[in-house]
Amino acid sequence: MTSPLRLCVRRSPAPDAEGAATLVTLRLPSDIACVEEAVELVVRHCLAGHETTRKTRFRLQVCLSEALSNAILRGNREEQDKWVDVRAELVTDEGTGFDPASVPEPIRPEQLDELGGRGLFLIRKLVDAVHFNSQGNSICMMLRRP
Amino acid sequence: MGFSQARDASGVTVVKVDGQLIVGNRQELKDLVFAALDKGERRILIDFSQTGYIDSSGLGALVSISKRVREAGGELRLSGLNEDLRSLFELTKLDTLFAIAETPQQALSSF
Repeated sequence: MTSPLRLCVRRSPAPDAEGAATLVTLRLPSDIACVEEAVELVVRHCLAGHETTRKTRFRLQVCLSEALSNAILRGNREEQDKWVDVRAELVTDEGTGFDPASVPEPIRPEQLDELGGRGLFLIRKLVDAVHFNSQGNSICMMLRRP
Repeated sequence: MGFSQARDASGVTVVKVDGQLIVGNRQELKDLVFAALDKGERRILIDFSQTGYIDSSGLGALVSISKRVREAGGELRLSGLNEDLRSLFELTKLDTLFAIAETPQQALSSF
């Protein structure tokens, strides 16, 4: 079966001012079945040729999975004609966005039994910095190597 | 990659998570455990010794399974969490909700 994912990897011979020498872009359909493969592709190409730790790889995997599933389920609401674009650590959906400040922290004892509400919390805990655009439909996650 | 299910000599249903437990396959795990409960199984162990990563959807599925097992009067144990996986449970305080053992053997002997 042909993968519906569209991957582009550009490697420059020298790192830019931010230290990035690899640009990974990926477009995937709003289908949760694609998340695992998308995470694997982005992580593999982002970290290729770089020394890193198991913990950094793990955090990148978890946070990418969170961002992609949020974009597919909440942003695009699994609508077949909408796509999710990943640009290295930048994930953008085509939804209307949300207010990240309105998402409560899900660790109060009475909330532990809740089935959802941990995704954004995990992202905030696992990456070094996280920013949303003003519309709330784009998330930029910064994870420093190693 | 996926889930395997077996019944150990003491009658505990052991489910192994091979690969990831994330948004794309969480329902499969829930269906598998709920089917075991429907068949009358009441002691469930989910082992993560071969698991790569878990996302919040996977954690939510485990909470859902925990609730259903509790409602059925059963017992649920988790085992085999490496340092990274355990950190997810600690960050979300879910380590206080689940009975977590270091190894499947320790979990089995705790039922």
